[in-house]
Amino acid sequence: MGVGLPMDVVLGVVIKCLVFFFIVVTAVAYMVQFERKVIAHIQSRIGPSRVGPMGLLQPLADALKLISKETIFPRGADKVLYLLGPVFASAPAFLSYAVIPVGPNLSMFGQEITLYLADINVALLFIFAVASINIYGVFLAGWSSNNKYSLYGGLRSSAQMISYELGMGLSVMGVIMLAGSFSLVDIVNAQAKMPFLLLQPVGYLMFLIAGLAEINRIPFDLPEAEGELVAGFHTEYSGMRFGLFFLGEYANIITTSCIAVLLFWGGWNGPGVTQYPWLGPIWFTIKLVPHLFFMVWTRGTLPRFRYDQLMGFGWKVLLPIGLANILITGLIIALTQR
Amino acid sequence: MNESVLPMLVPVAWYQVLAAVLFAIGAMGVLFRRNILVIFMCVELMLNATNIAFVAFARHLGSLDGQIIVFFVLAVAAAEVSVGLAIIIDVFRKRGTVDLAAANILKG
Amino acid sequence: MWIFFLLALLVVAGALAVVLLPNPIHSALMLVFTLMATAGIFLTLGAQFLAVIQVIVYAGAIMVLFVFVIMLLNLRAGEGGEESLHRKTGLGQILGIGLAALLMLQIGLLVLTGKPSLLKSIHPAAELEAQAGGHSQAIGLLLYGKYLLPFEVASVLLLVAIIGAVALSRRHLVIGPGRDESTEEVP
Repeated sequence: MGVGLPMDVVLGVVIKCLVFFFIVVTAVAYMVQFERKVIAHIQSRIGPSRVGPMGLLQPLADALKLISKETIFPRGADKVLYLLGPVFASAPAFLSYAVIPVGPNLSMFGQEITLYLADINVALLFIFAVASINIYGVFLAGWSSNNKYSLYGGLRSSAQMISYELGMGLSVMGVIMLAGSFSLVDIVNAQAKMPFLLLQPVGYLMFLIAGLAEINRIPFDLPEAEGELVAGFHTEYSGMRFGLFFLGEYANIITTSCIAVLLFWGGWNGPGVTQYPWLGPIWFTIKLVPHLFFMVWTRGTLPRFRYDQLMGFGWKVLLPIGLANILITGLIIALTQR
Repeated sequence: MNESVLPMLVPVAWYQVLAAVLFAIGAMGVLFRRNILVIFMCVELMLNATNIAFVAFARHLGSLDGQIIVFFVLAVAAAEVSVGLAIIIDVFRKRGTVDLAAANILKG
Repeated sequence: MWIFFLLALLVVAGALAVVLLPNPIHSALMLVFTLMATAGIFLTLGAQFLAVIQVIVYAGAIMVLFVFVIMLLNLRAGEGGEESLHRKTGLGQILGIGLAALLMLQIGLLVLTGKPSLLKSIHPAAELEAQAGGHSQAIGLLLYGKYLLPFEVASVLLLVAIIGAVALSRRHLVIGPGRDESTEEVP
C-alpha cells in the first residue's frame, strides 16, 4: 500500500494536513484568548489587552512563556510515563480533526478539493475511539507524578470520563439512526432539509452536558478542582508539558463544539450553500461560535458539582434518558417508515 | 476506505501464525506471572489472539460471521473483566496483596 | 503486505512486554498498545467497524477499568505490585511450555508445508456489504438478524456481570476477618 499513488496526490494530502494542523493550532490559541476575554467580561474585567492591538497577540506571548519555562521532573516520578502523559492528552485531540468536515467540496486551482482529510465510514466512532484514548493522558499524568493530588485527579477523571462517554454515545445514537450512517459527511448531507436539532432536542442537550463532562469543563471539572486537588492530574507539570495539556483541553472544546454543529445544527448547510459552496465553512464557523461561547459561559457562571452528584447524574439521569430517547426515536422511525 | 474491496494481500496463514504466537505469549504469561492483574491481562491477550484468528478466517471465507463472533468475545471479555476486577479488589481488601499465592483461602 | 508485518511485529512486541514487564501499570499500558495494533490488524482485514469498536471497548473501557483498579490499589513496583518472574517451576509450567512448543511446532509445519489452497485468498464479503449498503450496515443486519438470540444472551450476560460486580464490591456485604474495610475512600 502507499505504492502507486501519484506524487501530486500525496503532496496534496500532506499540504492539506499541514493547513488543517495550522488552522487548528491557531484556533486553539485564540480559543484560549476568547475564553479569557469572555470570562473577564463576565467578571467585569477587561482581560488581556496589553500585547498587540486589543491583546490579540497574547496567545503568542503565552506560547513563548510556556516554551521558555523550565520543565521539572517530580521526585519519584515514573519518567517515561510522565513524559507520555501530555502526549496522550494532546495528540488524540488533534487526531479527531482528520475526520471533521467543515464544508462541501470546492473547486479550487482547477481541481475538486474536499474540506476534510478523510471521510471514513465509521468517522463518528473514530472520534469516540480517539476520545477514549484521551483518558490515558490524564491517567498517565496522574499516576506518574507521584503526588496524591495528581493521583486523585487521575482517578476521578477516569471514572468521570468512562461514565459520561456512555451518555455521550447514547446521545448521538438518535442522530445515527436518523441519518443511517456513521460517516459525518453523510450525516451532514442528511440534514440538508432540517437540522437534527429539531428532531433530537433531547439528544442535543444530552450531548452538550456529556460533552462538557468529557472534556472536564466546569461544572464537571472535578479532576482539577482547584479548591481540593490543587490542579488535579497536571499539578506537577510545568512549561510546555503543561502547555500540551492545555492545548489538548482547548482542542477538545473545539472538537466537541464541531461535532455538536455537525450532528445537530446541520454542519455547513445554510442558505446559499448549494450555489456557492465556499459559503459552507462560513456557515460552519457561524454555527460554531455560539457553541464555543456556551462552553465559556458555563465556566463563567456555574458552580462545581459534588463528586457523588456528578456520578449519580451520569448514571441515574443521563443514561436512562438516553436509553428512552433511543427507544422513542427507534419507535418513531419504525412507525413512519412502514 | 475501500480497503474491503481489495483482495487480501497477506495469506491467511500468516494471520493464524500471529494469532497463535499471541496466544502462546498470553498462555505463558498466565502460567508464569503471580500478579492476578497481570494474569488477567494475559487472558485478554489470549482472547485477542482468537479475535485475530476469527477475523482472518472471516475474511478468508468471504463472510462476516467471524466478525460477529468477535463482538460476542468483546461482550464476554467486558463481563469477565468487570466481575474479575471486583473479585480482585475484594481479595486485595482481605489479603492486602494481589499475589496469586495469597488467594488460597479455599485450600484445605 | 509490509503493513501487516509491521503491525504483527508491534503486536508481538507489545504482548511480550505485557508478560515481561514487572510493573503492572506498564503491563497494562503495553496491553493497550497491543490492542491498538490489533485494531490495525483488523483494518488490514477490512473490518473497520470492528477495529474502531476494539479501540472503544477494549482500550477505552476494559483497559481503563484495569488501569483504574491498579491505581486504586496503588500498586507500586516493590509493594506487592512487583514480583519475581522466576517463580518455582511446577508441573503446570512444564506442561505449559510443552503445549506452547507443540503449538509452535504445528504452526511451523503449517507454514512450511501448508497447502497452497489454504493460502489462497477468497474475495471478501463485498457482496454482503453492497447488499446492505455499507460495512457497518451489513454487520448490524447480521447481528440483529441471524445472531439475534446470541445477542440477547450476551446482553443478559452483561447484566449478570453488572449485578455481580456491584454485589461483590458492596462494602457492607464484606465479611472479612476483622480488617478495617474503609481503608480507601471513594475518590
